[in-house]
Amino acid sequence: MSAVVKSLADRGRSAGRGPRAGRQLHGGRWTYAVLIVFTAVSLFPLVWTAIAASRNNTRLAQTPPPFWFGSNLFKNLEIAWTDANMGTALLNTTVVAGSIAAGTVLFSTLAGFAFAKLRFRFKNLLMLLVIGTMMVPPQLGVVPLYMLIAELRWTDHLQAVILPTLVSAFGVFFMRQYLLQALPSELIEAARVDGANSLRVVWHIVFPAARPAMAVLAMLTFVQAWNDFFWPIIALTQNGSPTVQVALTGLGRGYIPDQSVIMAGALLGTLPLLVAFVIFGKQIVGGIMQGAVKG
Amino acid sequence: MASESQAAAPARGEEGAAPADAVPVAYQAGHAAESEARERRSRRYRRDVRWSPYAFIAPFFVFFAAFGLFPLLYTGWASLHRVELTAPTDMEWVGLRNFSRLLDDDFFWNALLNTVTIGLLSTVPQLLMALGIAHLLNYRLRGSMFFRVAALTPYATSVAAATLVFVLLFGRDYGMINWALGLVGFDGVDWQNGDWTSKLAVSTIVIWRWTGYNALIYLAAMQSIPADLYESAALDGASRWQQFLHVTLPSLRPTILFTCVVSTIGAIQLFGEPLLFNGSAGASGGPSHQFQTLGLYLYEQGWVNLHLGRASAIAWTMFLILLLIGAVNWLIVHRLRKNERGAA
Repeated sequence: MSAVVKSLADRGRSAGRGPRAGRQLHGGRWTYAVLIVFTAVSLFPLVWTAIAASRNNTRLAQTPPPFWFGSNLFKNLEIAWTDANMGTALLNTTVVAGSIAAGTVLFSTLAGFAFAKLRFRFKNLLMLLVIGTMMVPPQLGVVPLYMLIAELRWTDHLQAVILPTLVSAFGVFFMRQYLLQALPSELIEAARVDGANSLRVVWHIVFPAARPAMAVLAMLTFVQAWNDFFWPIIALTQNGSPTVQVALTGLGRGYIPDQSVIMAGALLGTLPLLVAFVIFGKQIVGGIMQGAVKG
Repeated sequence: MASESQAAAPARGEEGAAPADAVPVAYQAGHAAESEARERRSRRYRRDVRWSPYAFIAPFFVFFAAFGLFPLLYTGWASLHRVELTAPTDMEWVGLRNFSRLLDDDFFWNALLNTVTIGLLSTVPQLLMALGIAHLLNYRLRGSMFFRVAALTPYATSVAAATLVFVLLFGRDYGMINWALGLVGFDGVDWQNGDWTSKLAVSTIVIWRWTGYNALIYLAAMQSIPADLYESAALDGASRWQQFLHVTLPSLRPTILFTCVVSTIGAIQLFGEPLLFNGSAGASGGPSHQFQTLGLYLYEQGWVNLHLGRASAIAWTMFLILLLIGAVNWLIVHRLRKNERGAA
């Protein structure tokens, strides 16, 4: 594990990309052909979710399967909406993912700033600890976590899924790497000389400098929190206060599950993120690639 | 590892405080009150510089301690007890019994084997394909941003939504995959109930969701490879394939290692896909437990059979396995580094 930590750090150092890095060869016909096939495979299940959601159970139990849209889309969406508690679920998920994104961005920026630009004792040791925590999956602590929220009577309350995921080691690392190069130390010095205390430095200098990375981290965290599955399914119930993912597991538990309604539910739960991807796709791609080179 | 920040940070404490401290005391003889105020300000300032870093990192560590570290350690403690879901606060000491029962439990070994099998079936093709796709995306392309965003859409699809669609696509009687296989003359495959077929199907979902994401990570690393490496390789007469083997791959080694570790951690935790792949089978992972993973087994023990103590023992065992993988990984890297140094 420490080897990974090292390689991470190495890459953090060599992240600066020269003007002549990367290749400039043009892609040939085969390149496009393979990429188009790959894109089709990537998109097809999503398109087919919509197709299946616009059909009905009888049509889905015939061969060949449908390849084009039917007329039942809105009916199925409506059934999924009421059956799976989708309105509540979408609202809950927005609240949960929004809070987690906001908390992660705020706390990661503060900690990332401290690790990148401030001097304090045990700094390197603590940073190693942060990186080390990235390697430990939170799933392993699920039993005590459940005992904790049961004790606090938080089951089916949204804070049960918000608080445990409110900070992220990846976020701290991500913001640190960004601020190392994006925030000139002279700027902080100057503000200090003018008598600004740390809070003012953070507010007037760090936040503005960190804004692009904060936006990217917010989007990445939001996507992850929106799709989180394991912990919500333990902490929340379908009939209480579900997130979208929990609500989806309840769809189609009936005697003869209506597949087209299940697909309508899946579509409802995915659509908000897909819309966000259409709008912010470029930034999200950039963020993941940035995070990859640096983290 | 913090070399840059150390270079940037030194002397702030002293230098920053200088303006307030440097005023000669003698000059202030007539302004005792003012100097005292100044003294107070500078004290407050030093306190601020000294303690604010800890305040800034505190939220992360407080939350991590409460919801990350404490649960992890307490899992070890709980695994030594009999704890029922119905009364999670009543703990009865049983020593290592949860672990010994686990080792005697065929379902545990089955889940472990399934986890490894599905892990390999999903991770290896996924990373290989991601390498290839990244290589292609690294060419100059029209609409390169479209390809990248499209590659990432499966990542935006939740486990639940993705699995539910794939259940239909993998359907035995009316699924599209069997229909397509039928076109080329194959009989319908019972993806859900078969042993290997169900593992393949579950792995397919994982591969579908993560290949594009990993491709982008490889692409980012490829783009930071200096172009002159390729030029000199080309001058030496290396073909494109040889360039890929001898320039691209070695430069990507840390990234490949990184994705291997991340995918391994993901594979050990695999849960949502097998849970929903056969919704009616609940947490058993199919009628003969053929795709029950460790994560699913943990969930079944804890939240279906209500044995939180045993679930803790499973979690702790998974943690030990992760540590083991980490150690092996470290050894491999160590060996690689040594060889490199030996070669150079």
